[in-house]
Amino acid sequence: MTKIRFATVWLAGCSGCHMSFLDLDEWLLELAQHVDVVYSPVGSDIKEYPDNVDVCWVEGGVANEDNLELIHQVRAKTKLLVSFGDCAVTANVPGMRNMLGGVEPVLKRAYLELGDVTPQLPDEPGIVPPLLDQVRPVHEIVNVDLFIPGCPPSADRIKATLEPLLRGEMPQMVGREMIKFG
Amino acid sequence: MSVCTLTIDGKDVAIEAGATLLDAAKEAGIEIPRLCYLEGLSSVGACRLCMVELAGTNKLFPACVTAVAEGMEVRTQSPKLQNYRRMTVELLFAEGNHVCAVCVANGNCELQDVAIAVGMDHSRFTYQFPTRSIDISHPKFGIDRNRCILCTRCVRVCDEIEGAHVWDVANRGENCEIVAGLDRPWGEVSACTSCGKCVDACPTGSIFRKGETTGEKARDREKLEFLAQARQQHEWVR
Ligand code: SF4
Ligand code: SF4
Ligand code: SF4
Repeated sequence: MTKIRFATVWLAGCSGCHMSFLDLDEWLLELAQHVDVVYSPVGSDIKEYPDNVDVCWVEGGVANEDNLELIHQVRAKTKLLVSFGDCAVTANVPGMRNMLGGVEPVLKRAYLELGDVTPQLPDEPGIVPPLLDQVRPVHEIVNVDLFIPGCPPSADRIKATLEPLLRGEMPQMVGREMIKFG
Repeated sequence: MSVCTLTIDGKDVAIEAGATLLDAAKEAGIEIPRLCYLEGLSSVGACRLCMVELAGTNKLFPACVTAVAEGMEVRTQSPKLQNYRRMTVELLFAEGNHVCAVCVANGNCELQDVAIAVGMDHSRFTYQFPTRSIDISHPKFGIDRNRCILCTRCVRVCDEIEGAHVWDVANRGENCEIVAGLDRPWGEVSACTSCGKCVDACPTGSIFRKGETTGEKARDREKLEFLAQARQQHEWVR
């Protein structure tokens, strides 16, 4: 049996969704029988997003130029893109900066007004990626095939979503077991 | 008392004339999603979730404010209704700022409940991220308008049950908001008796008790029941 080429990416989120993924514990061994982890902040050390990925789980909203570039690559090279967790699905807590109205006021608030020691704006072109005007949910930027809201989605719900995918079926996101915001 | 007989989703129901389709559905044990309706308060048909189909017309009718009639054939579930309901809930999420992860009502929110009921796993409408205000000037309670869905339950419970009429709806369109004392800080409105009825009536985390943090807004169910019966039984305190 050829293995499923599996990836995860981490955009503007707290990494909690990935931590919840790791909460699959020993079932991760079972998962490893079926997938090749070809790109993931917690499961591989590959820096370039590869070609021909079967499934990619995306944590986090799209907040800066790096996120934007990566999500377009992911979409172009992936068959099934999963929006994983509230930050990916709604922009969630990172999206609360949108209410401040643009990059300038956000940076000023975070680095000058609230900076208690040596307040200064971050400025390292080529290293610190510029912020986008607003944090947007993934599906507002590229097409998404499956949504798993939750902050974070529990390991049980992650497993219940992965199991049908491994059988080549689309999971049914219905009811309290599968849909949960927050 | 005259009685009407009608069918709802094929089930025969007999109910007194003057009852609403929502009453009749309840009688038949059929659940219709809704957010602005609260038993014991007047009905306003604001949230549009309880829309149903009637045989013989293409129009949709809000079940909470439509009276039963003899021989009516009502449908509460159809692909069309399900689609509209889901869109309605998606719009509610997209037009406010619902950050469930840090909300007092997380896990105990009627908006979350209807999202599950209509099968909403994301909003297809562009999130607006509007600028909305928070008022914590009241000594016991607060209102975070980011989470308000303009159901007007607070307005009605305060006016019709408590008799204080602290709340009103101000402005129109995207600027529409719930205001206290004709747009003053809630804490300065002397008409407020601090009864807390609006806290329990609010279906979301918009009106809350101070000191409650994420997921801690426990809706006092007994109090809601009390609210529901208060008018008929002329009880003004519990
Ligand atoms: S009121 Fe709170 S819990 Fe309910 S949908 Fe809005 S943010 Fe989520
Ligand atoms: S606490 Fe009571 S009196 Fe005050 S606004 Fe709420 S319902 Fe009205
Ligand atoms: S504050 Fe609560 S009860 Fe009042 S209109 Fe908003 S959501 Fe409804």
